[in-house]
Amino acid sequence: MRIGVVTFPGSLDDRDAQRAVRLAGGEPVALWHGSHDLDGVEAIILPGGFSYGDYLRAGAIASLSPIMSEVVDAAGRGMPVLGICNGFQMLAEARLIPGAHTRNAHQQFIRRDQRLRVENADTAWTTGFVEGQEITIPLKNADGRFVADDETIKRLEGEGQVAFRYIGVNPNGSMDDIAGVSNKEGNVVGLMPHPEHATEAGFGPDTALAMSSGTDGLTFFTSVIEKALIK
Amino acid sequence: MSTELTQAPGTAVPDTVANAAATPDREQPFAALGLKEDEYLKIREILGRRPTSGELAMYSVMWSEHCSYKSSKIYLRQFGEKVSPAMKKNLMVGMGENAGVVDVGGGWAVTFKGESHNHPSYIEPFQGAATGVGGIVRDIISMGARPVAVMDQLRFGDIDAPDTRRVVDGVVAGISFYANCLGLPNIGGETVFDKVYQGNPLVNVTSVGVLRHEDLHLANAKGAGNKVVLFGARTGGDGIGGASILASDTFSAGGPTKRPSVQVGDPFAEKVLIECCLELFRDELVEGIQDLGAAGISCATSELASNGDGGMFIELEKVLLRDPTLTAEEILMSESQERMMAVVRPEKLDAFLAVVGKWEVETSVLGEVTDTGRLIINWHGEEIVNVEPRTVAVDGPVYERPVAYPTWIDALQADTAAGLPRPESGDDVRGQFLQLLGSANLADPSWITNQYDTYVLGNTALSFPDDGGMIRVDEESGLGFAIATDANGRFCQLDPAQGARLALAEAYRNVAATGATPVAVTDCLNFGSPENPEVMWQFSQTVEALSDACLEMEIPVTGGNVSFYNQTGTQPIHPTPVIGVLGVIDDVAKRIPSGWQDEGDNIYLLGTTRLELDGSAWAGVIHDHLGGRPPSVSLDGERELAALISAGGDQSLIGSAHDLSDGGLAQALAECIMRFGVGARVWLDEILERDEVDIATALFSESTGRVIVSVPREDDVKFRGLCEGRGYPVARIGVTDKENPGLEVQGVFTVALDELRQTHRATLPARFGATISE
Repeated sequence: MRIGVVTFPGSLDDRDAQRAVRLAGGEPVALWHGSHDLDGVEAIILPGGFSYGDYLRAGAIASLSPIMSEVVDAAGRGMPVLGICNGFQMLAEARLIPGAHTRNAHQQFIRRDQRLRVENADTAWTTGFVEGQEITIPLKNADGRFVADDETIKRLEGEGQVAFRYIGVNPNGSMDDIAGVSNKEGNVVGLMPHPEHATEAGFGPDTALAMSSGTDGLTFFTSVIEKALIK
Repeated sequence: MSTELTQAPGTAVPDTVANAAATPDREQPFAALGLKEDEYLKIREILGRRPTSGELAMYSVMWSEHCSYKSSKIYLRQFGEKVSPAMKKNLMVGMGENAGVVDVGGGWAVTFKGESHNHPSYIEPFQGAATGVGGIVRDIISMGARPVAVMDQLRFGDIDAPDTRRVVDGVVAGISFYANCLGLPNIGGETVFDKVYQGNPLVNVTSVGVLRHEDLHLANAKGAGNKVVLFGARTGGDGIGGASILASDTFSAGGPTKRPSVQVGDPFAEKVLIECCLELFRDELVEGIQDLGAAGISCATSELASNGDGGMFIELEKVLLRDPTLTAEEILMSESQERMMAVVRPEKLDAFLAVVGKWEVETSVLGEVTDTGRLIINWHGEEIVNVEPRTVAVDGPVYERPVAYPTWIDALQADTAAGLPRPESGDDVRGQFLQLLGSANLADPSWITNQYDTYVLGNTALSFPDDGGMIRVDEESGLGFAIATDANGRFCQLDPAQGARLALAEAYRNVAATGATPVAVTDCLNFGSPENPEVMWQFSQTVEALSDACLEMEIPVTGGNVSFYNQTGTQPIHPTPVIGVLGVIDDVAKRIPSGWQDEGDNIYLLGTTRLELDGSAWAGVIHDHLGGRPPSVSLDGERELAALISAGGDQSLIGSAHDLSDGGLAQALAECIMRFGVGARVWLDEILERDEVDIATALFSESTGRVIVSVPREDDVKFRGLCEGRGYPVARIGVTDKENPGLEVQGVFTVALDELRQTHRATLPARFGATISE
């Protein structure tokens, strides 16, 4: 399966997302922000980083890039799209998912191995999980506090669009401990933690078994690939 | 810097070469620019006339201590002279370039260097620290390497002093902001609080880059007719005189604010610049790239020309400006960040412009390389600079500063810790152990390190709190490097030569403890004013001892940085030579972490414990005492120890290894437990008997050449065999315990894991604000 990873000026975890796709058995395809060409990919990842230096608002300028109009169209046609951290912020800015992100409640950048609960195992990127499963995924951001108006939060909760919730500790003050959400159809998923950094034993978060051995993030990528194979 | 300082009074147009020749007696503000009178006269002698105001600006920044190393040069030569053939074997680029380059095998090379940004970080902590990251990373890029990691070595004032929080908050946020935004993992460093750094914190940043052998580039301007191109951020009025006014002078109370001399950083611009430069190198579109750091365009043009064919012609009005009112002199001196200067063949210029255009990096062609032997700079058609570039960049003044033995050191060394009361009862030992564990310099620094990204790039094999950082270089083979940095200013104050050896030994040992083999050294030498003969004595002792020690350990110094004038008023900081050691490991899968993960592993202490409490954390924290002589060190012994760990690591016999340094054995045991929450039962009888020491000494002494390792039961016989064959002192002192995850020192005291962690973690958040943790 060919999975595109878009590089914006200031993208940082783009090569990591490509590596994760490869480790999951997919074929990563580098896409460029300034192009309108999706190069025939079957799924798209908007990676983490500080696109455009987070100027204006995190993800705001990138959401207006030429390629984003193609991403929005493709998402509308049902193509799986995953926004990680800065990519999550872009999805919100592009209105592909509801809500917005503000500065972490404690006002600092934070990096930690974060425990999450999978709240919806039916999205394009989560079918390999079971609902309620606890996973550990690295988190690293400064503007990760997910906010929305009460009505939107109610709708997200009611319609199963909360995909992941922080457990143990809420690291950034997100409403309802929300770590990740999906669109109504479930093909577009955004989250603050970085699944691509929990895909290779030796370079992931610590587990009870061994240092850096966590690979819970791999399931994001295998989920979308396996679904494509079944089709 | 106001314009009337640099511009000839009463003239609207800049001071031209013709004008300078015609008005030899015009008074010039050399002193305000940081030049001494004899230096000014020397410039007049070199030029055969008075300098133009532009030339004066260039000489003043390039002849500053920060850029010219004029006080340190005669000593630093030793690093190049004391070198054996074995040390040169893997060295691709040594001292004198932007950064040293080491062959790590498999066609790969690693380049690394540390640099200081001390004074800017005191005046404006956030921007000062941020641009410190930016500057050292550009040094790495200019070698043709991809930056892959940073580390920071931070020294602040007393943790409880009112101003410390301002500096800590700003410095940490600045480093976090800039390096995280560049996408560089921060894989280690040091944090020290000591009142000697109160008015003069130290912010040192080390960066490491990786390249293929064929991608190595040196910054020089060769080939007459080649274009000289400035690209990156626009030039503004920030950082004017940063090197000369700020970095090369002592802070004094009541003087004018130096805040405008601090640069302002934009990591996004630098991130784009990294990718752009790597693409330019990959497509072979540049002859060389020089970063613009201290002294800006003055430095880049004169250094590029000096290292090349010797001539360059520049039209200065072509520099793209952020502020159109800047004068020619200000443009020459500006230290605006995120700028690079490239030398490009004319036939490749279009392709070059296409790449910088793709990355939306602003670019202007300023001029070209010439064979005239002169650096000529025009401003709107009029010649304002005409100099031989080497006289600016290379042949600056060299001082043999007065050196004086500090007589106070005799009394300091005589005041040993031997007479301080040592605890005997289990309760007293326990109390002092916990007091140390929560003390400012032994407490958990994760309030700081949790603000740093360690994951980005996906190759971080080890980072905090392990003994060294480790990065995978080759994803196929697993080839990687490890790096650790160390300095102990207290030891250096007692004996600078021994302090330097100890810093090298500790960094070497830390790298060895990760399973890597040490191969090269960088240094960042932080000292007080070179105009103080006692400081020069400390400096000369340090460089001599360090260069001798490197020769003895057969690892070359590949580059470094000297930072003088680290004092407020007349009180210099402790000498603080930060030593970084780089190691190589053939497969990062063999890395050794610093803590215990498994039940029932045997814990061994390698090395001998002596009564060495002078200058120790114990003496400082418990007794507020600094005196005596630092611990002894056997460099041969350190090499044997490293070889032993390396052999054990190769055969996968070692589950963990942790070096003993600040706080001694007790602190190391606690850190091994807290790393993964696996406890230990420890007995000290054998150590007490064999080494003839008391309990307090066994637990708190800072004797060198010691590491604790854990060995899985099934490998025990093999490990013991390995040790016996080598004759290195070894004693089994305990066993790991998952069921009771605390520290039990049998017959002395017990502390549960929760209490260890609470004590260790509370210190920084109590001063600097709560942090996120479960």
